[in-house]
Amino acid sequence: MVNRRSAWLWGFIIPALLLLAWQVVCQTQLAPPSILPAPSLVLATLKSMAASGEMAQAVGATATRLLWGFFFGALAGTLLGALCGASALVRNLADPLVQALRSVPSLAWVPLLILWLGIFESSKITLIAIGVFFPVYLNLMSGIANVDRKLIEVGRVHGYSRLARLLRIQLPAALPAYVTGLRGGLGLGWMFVAAAELLGATNGLGFILDDGEQTGRPERVIAAILLFGLCGKITDSFMAEAAKRLVAWQDTVRN
Amino acid sequence: MAYQVNISDLAKFYDGKTVLGPISLSLAAGAITAIIGRSGCGKTTLLRCLGGLETPEAGVIKIGDGNVDPRHIGYVFQEPRLMPWLTVEQNIGFGLIGRSKAARATAIAEALELVGLNEAAKLLPKQISGGMAQRAALARALAPHPDVILLDEPFSALDPFTREQMQDHLLHLHQHYGATMVLITHDMDEALALAHRVIVLKGPPGTVAGDFTPALPHPAERTSSQFFAWKRRLHAILSGREEAQADARTGPQQAA
Repeated sequence: MVNRRSAWLWGFIIPALLLLAWQVVCQTQLAPPSILPAPSLVLATLKSMAASGEMAQAVGATATRLLWGFFFGALAGTLLGALCGASALVRNLADPLVQALRSVPSLAWVPLLILWLGIFESSKITLIAIGVFFPVYLNLMSGIANVDRKLIEVGRVHGYSRLARLLRIQLPAALPAYVTGLRGGLGLGWMFVAAAELLGATNGLGFILDDGEQTGRPERVIAAILLFGLCGKITDSFMAEAAKRLVAWQDTVRN
Repeated sequence: MAYQVNISDLAKFYDGKTVLGPISLSLAAGAITAIIGRSGCGKTTLLRCLGGLETPEAGVIKIGDGNVDPRHIGYVFQEPRLMPWLTVEQNIGFGLIGRSKAARATAIAEALELVGLNEAAKLLPKQISGGMAQRAALARALAPHPDVILLDEPFSALDPFTREQMQDHLLHLHQHYGATMVLITHDMDEALALAHRVIVLKGPPGTVAGDFTPALPHPAERTSSQFFAWKRRLHAILSGREEAQADARTGPQQAA
């Protein structure tokens, strides 16, 4: 019914209508500008932020934190997830603790992180890493542990050792779950970078959010929100594109 | 080289219940032995024990001198079980780790040729039909040139035409390799057309209800009156009307 090539265009219809409604509401003065700035004002703010270099500087600071946090969180999640998935012994030892820690709301770590690591970069990066860790760990662990027994048996009848079965059957079979974990981790990473920056930063998109609130400039708050959304979408699309190549073998409706 | 398979007093329990045995069988080297029985009679369990996928609670399985490398035993499952992330040729090469690149390539090319999958070599499992996938699975088991091939209802999911084609393939392969083959089936035609010896299992617990060597030319002509006579005989044993040992001397007429 819908042409596949133009299918993505459909996603723009509702946002465009909302944008139109927003502009109308502002122009008819239904909402005061101190509460809801007009889209044109937000756009002007974005333009001046771009011109002054503030945008590049803020996005750069936030993205750097996110990438380091993502790197460490994904690395830890991958190592522990692979170990727990591969070995029932390690899983029985470590998984209950990880599951218990997972039920701690990640923001509850903030005071401790600040006490231990100070208010600068390391506490922020650690908070982001904690957020990224769990989805990566969970998806990889269950992906490896739940690989179809039937495929494992193919390895067994070919005389594969346990390590060979892990490397040649379980890991590739768990790849789609792992990719899901990485994407989920990245999403949480963006969430936690915003939280970390809101809680005290001197630069970054979260700082602009906080600054806009303190100085009563909602157009800056909305501009920062838009930038967060845009950056999150861009990184997720990159990840999805990379993942698509890795898991192209999957026999799913989408492929 | 083909190995003899010796099974003595083999038994398998699940939750304290005997599902198989005690069974003692001696399968000749280089022969095709069909093991036939109804669903749930324990025939797959028997094969899984032979393939090392199940550990029997009692008895001894001896393949060859008892020290055969598991890589010399091929196993074809009821479903293709191809690795979905590997192409057909990579799947066929799955059992060839540890060999040189050239040796792998030769073995893969040969196996592809044997099952007629040259055209599909670079395709992924999701891009091929069920029959092609099962042929790829057969090629995967054959590529390392196993001395014993265990087949668990390998063609039961195929349509009758493809099935017959695959059975012919299998005979052709047997002539080519001369491996000992153990074929689990519930298809009387398949058993009689392919096997030198037919063993009927009944169960649970799975025990031998019939064991005979049909005096049929090999491969058998499926439309001959001899073939039908043996089929009647087999049917009688399978349906429990007769529990007899039969061989070429007693002939198929006994149950008629």
